[in-house]
Amino acid sequence: MPDAAGCWGPEPGADAVVKAAWDALAGVMDPEIPVLSIVDLGIVRAVSADADGRLSVALTPTYSGCPATNVIVLEAETALARARLDARVSVVIAPPWTTDWISDTGRAKLAEVGIVPPPASGKRALTAPDEVIACPRCGSQDTRQISRFGSTACKALHACNACLEPFDVFKCH
Amino acid sequence: MSTDLKDALFGYALRLGDTSLVLGHRLSEWCGHAPELEEDIALTNVALDLVGHARMLLTYAGELEGKGRDEDRLAYRRDVFDYRNHLLVEQPNRDFGHTIVRQFLHDAWSVELYERLCASKDETLAGIAAKAVKEVRYHVRHSGDWLVRLGDGTDVSHAKVADALGRLWPYTGEMFERDEAEQALVAAGIVPDPAEMKAAWTARVEAVLNDATLDRPADGWMQKGGRRGEHSEHLGYLLAEMQFLPRAYPDANW
Repeated sequence: MPDAAGCWGPEPGADAVVKAAWDALAGVMDPEIPVLSIVDLGIVRAVSADADGRLSVALTPTYSGCPATNVIVLEAETALARARLDARVSVVIAPPWTTDWISDTGRAKLAEVGIVPPPASGKRALTAPDEVIACPRCGSQDTRQISRFGSTACKALHACNACLEPFDVFKCH
Repeated sequence: MSTDLKDALFGYALRLGDTSLVLGHRLSEWCGHAPELEEDIALTNVALDLVGHARMLLTYAGELEGKGRDEDRLAYRRDVFDYRNHLLVEQPNRDFGHTIVRQFLHDAWSVELYERLCASKDETLAGIAAKAVKEVRYHVRHSGDWLVRLGDGTDVSHAKVADALGRLWPYTGEMFERDEAEQALVAAGIVPDPAEMKAAWTARVEAVLNDATLDRPADGWMQKGGRRGEHSEHLGYLLAEMQFLPRAYPDANW
């Protein structure tokens, strides 16, 4: 889980190359929600170095069919190479990604651009009735869901009944 | 794992992968044609998830087989007789109501299946299931809500989904078929028992049909053949379109 400040990163006392890799990855933006870095999104699962300083980076996809996954892997590889790090990037699927892994900074960045961050605990919300969602523009709680599926696999489309503005909601997952 | 068990698991993963791939392709045919924009996006989102499941399952099938076939090779270089998907998912889209009924019958099965596969003794299959179950739970809510809306809607929408239910019901028996190979996987704790799953599926389906004011068709003659590669005529046309590019330009890359 993210640290006390709500951020992902190297373990305290990690090797300098591991720290450098986390820094490089923090500069890789999600291609579909470019305000979020892949570290904010919680999809960087592990960074480790072997005795020779060669790095292994494990990424996990958000959704099984997310078309951005290949681009993300490519961009992570590019960012690591630019930082002159010798790294191998692999994709792991277990344990499955959850929106609970989006860091607090990530949530704040989503809210800033008018995307409602996911409610906490994907597990509960998947089966629970829809929660009250406040409009990111005017703050009204009088909103409705237009579609369970939005512009990307991870978002749903809602609209505000007060200011009439449509807006994206990051789905609980 | 013994060779027999490995072969059985290859067949199982192939069947699940093919089923996801064919349904994903069917849904993608709605792209740009759905009755409303939101639904266009929804159906293609579900299609993406299904193609994602197919990629994981076919990749794993290829590894189990050990003959160097990857996901693309399995998806694009096999003909109708080598496909192992359920006959249900290759049935054409017809109208929107028909698509929703097909989707709901499949989604209800997927949820029951992946929930159980999360506890599989095969680590890879359990990992794929844990990923997929979150997505199919979302799908079944969507198709179930639409089924209620259409079934309990106007006379026309009710008649259309009732007709689709009657047409598609005979394809549901195949989802719970069990052969010797699968029996061995059940005994090894790798896959769930289809008989037990059928009871859970039936309860789930009946609850939604009830809300949708639809009668559950009687279990009569059931269509079979998908797991032996005996398909309806529809699959060939689907594969012809899906496989066109890799067949016309083998090993094309971009």
